[in-house]
Amino acid sequence: MAHEHEPGEEHEAGPRHELSHWAKRAYAMRDILIEKGVVTEADIRQQAEFTESKTPANGARLVALSWTDPEFKARFMADPKKVCAEMGIDASTLNEFVILENTDKLRHMVVCTLCSCYPRPILGRPPDWYKSFNYRKRAVNDPRGVMREFGLDLPDDVEVRVHDSTADMRYLVIPARPPGTGNLSVEELEKLVTRDSMIGVMDALAAVPE
Amino acid sequence: MKRTHDMGGDTDAGPIDRTEHAMDDWEVLADALNQVLGVKGIKCTDETRRAREDMDSEAYLSLSYYERWIASLETILVEKGLMTREEVDRKVAELEERWGEP
Amino acid sequence: MSSAAVFRDGAAVRVKAHFQPGHVRTPFYIKGKTGWVERCYGEFRNPESLGHSGDGLPRVRLYLVGFRQQDVWDGYDAGSKDTVFVDIFEHWLEPAAGAGT
Repeated sequence: MAHEHEPGEEHEAGPRHELSHWAKRAYAMRDILIEKGVVTEADIRQQAEFTESKTPANGARLVALSWTDPEFKARFMADPKKVCAEMGIDASTLNEFVILENTDKLRHMVVCTLCSCYPRPILGRPPDWYKSFNYRKRAVNDPRGVMREFGLDLPDDVEVRVHDSTADMRYLVIPARPPGTGNLSVEELEKLVTRDSMIGVMDALAAVPE
Repeated sequence: MKRTHDMGGDTDAGPIDRTEHAMDDWEVLADALNQVLGVKGIKCTDETRRAREDMDSEAYLSLSYYERWIASLETILVEKGLMTREEVDRKVAELEERWGEP
Repeated sequence: MSSAAVFRDGAAVRVKAHFQPGHVRTPFYIKGKTGWVERCYGEFRNPESLGHSGDGLPRVRLYLVGFRQQDVWDGYDAGSKDTVFVDIFEHWLEPAAGAGT
């Protein structure tokens, strides 16, 4: 949550006069844009709150429903934005949304090598590692090495398919449903669907976390 | 000719740091400003991308993620005539005085 | 879509290898590489115009293009079936001989 502070007030990262050059310019640009009537404080606050409201729980719900309801999965994969709208997930700011389904023999992994394209309306802000130079460099030519760092070692007969999301498409991976979860409810299954499993660098969890 | 931001497959990469940092207030602000100016149609994603791609390599690599965002946003807003760099400088000085810069 | 896609699904395509100044969304590592059209996504405003404050028109066709990793990287020996899929605008593609598959 974004908190507005009074001028001079200490804030979590320390006194504001110790902020970096560009952090100070962020506040300066905000004030100038407000003074000129380009944006209002309320616009900025509402945007921050909107972004905070987007979390991987949205994606987890979509994945858990896809695991349990083949008809839902078919509709979700055919028209993901429409299904999001039906579920009350505002995906209108996504230009295009593409769903990739993992199987025993096909694993998807998503990166944006040029910047940090990510399905933010569904999953929220990307994690720091997704935006890191090392991930952007290695995801395309060393995807298996990256997955090993996340704890996943795949046999050679599996196709690892990297999607470099360089244009208007935003990708979400449906990880494979973990074995032995046939008796779990949708709510329990949602807890197994991690953010990183929907980026494709790891599996869904095998058991409900305590 | 390959530019710095175009880094897919670069062979000088190391292990992936999976530490998450808690966002500072100014980063939340940078994120929201960027989004809200996009929603209002004042700038588009490809413009700020272009401004980041045009940064010199050293700046691109040394600035943090949201520092790159703010720097590129300033470039685009100046380019569009919505503010000048001097206005931002003056506003920073004003804020520093309010914040108690020594 | 205003007209038919130039490349059909499965067509062998090569990514043009030229340097173009300004904002482009074709990554360097895929330039000059040969793959296949997986599907056409439709038409989108052109980022090469949008990035320079243009209107992005006319819209340009965008394809999902697949490549065998072994065709992209020298010495890629991690998984023989591995692929990389990149979203590429039509004007960056040219017909190639033989299927990338």
